Amino acid sequence: MSLTIYAQRLGDDSLILGQRLSEWCGHAPAIEVDLSLANVALDLIGQASHFLGLAGAIEGKGRDADALAFRRDVMDFTNCLLVEQPNGDFAQTIARQFLFSHYQVLFLERLAAAQDERFAAIAAKALKEVSYHATLASDWVVRLGDGTDESKARMIAGLDWMWRFADELFVMDDVDAAAITAGAGVDKAALRPAWDQRIDAVLADAGLVRPAARRATLGGRTGRHSEHLGHLLSEMQFLQRAYPGATW
Amino acid sequence: MSDPKKEWPLWEVFVRGKGGLSHRHVGSVHAADAKMAIEHARDTYTRRLEGVSLWVVPSAQITASDPGEAAALFEPAEDKVYRHPTFYSIPDHIKHI
Repeated sequence: MSLTIYAQRLGDDSLILGQRLSEWCGHAPAIEVDLSLANVALDLIGQASHFLGLAGAIEGKGRDADALAFRRDVMDFTNCLLVEQPNGDFAQTIARQFLFSHYQVLFLERLAAAQDERFAAIAAKALKEVSYHATLASDWVVRLGDGTDESKARMIAGLDWMWRFADELFVMDDVDAAAITAGAGVDKAALRPAWDQRIDAVLADAGLVRPAARRATLGGRTGRHSEHLGHLLSEMQFLQRAYPGATW
Repeated sequence: MSDPKKEWPLWEVFVRGKGGLSHRHVGSVHAADAKMAIEHARDTYTRRLEGVSLWVVPSAQITASDPGEAAALFEPAEDKVYRHPTFYSIPDHIKHI
């Protein structure tokens, strides 16, 4: 049971961030950036498809990745709060990607070495993708942070918005502990120092400082989401809700 | 990025399809500098496994021949078919030619 939830959490993180990024399609500052963001979104949705497919298989009730993505309600989603945060402006989107991709690199590096080969295989494939996402996001953090007065102000505001959701990435609970016992887990709390180091190095490059520490906002893993997720789902799930089982 | 309000400069993109082949011109991207140009070229032109290596060159650095002089430059070669090595008979046992 808990390994199902574990796989589902990984799938939900990628799915919701992929959906968020795809909202940029046709709206990015330049067509090249439009393609960059769409590529990242597609990588994430591909990861979601693998992890949710695995969750459905472990669950054994005949639900596939599509059933999990399109026929669950908002309380049943287990993604972290960071990925559901609104795009805001381009800098806010980059801030979210920057914090999450660096976490994902560190997490997937460990998961790729997991005993459970089903998880390890998905992680190994995804790791190459997210390494590029982390590079891309870091480059933009430096460009915007070390750019004009306006780009710097926007980058600071974007990081400020996203920062309170970073702590949740590293919180361990029973599901994580059970996954470790089952040979598919990662000690997320232990990733924090390496993550801090990566984030600080890029921020230093960008001439930025960490936003002030504040009380962490938690709850995504147990279905307590921000108001933003429901709106995202209403768009993402519309077709399958209006025309159940529709294919093309 | 000297003036951020201006459009990013144009870069020509060259992709090496696989090891051993030459880089081939595939198109162009806008980017603020070389690093961004490589990223944009990667995202624009190698999404479907088209390449193993990328070159980007500022479009302003490319000198083109003058279309007005095309006749003088290229047409004299039209009646010089002997410049192709097609008048030699190849012995049967020579392969790969």
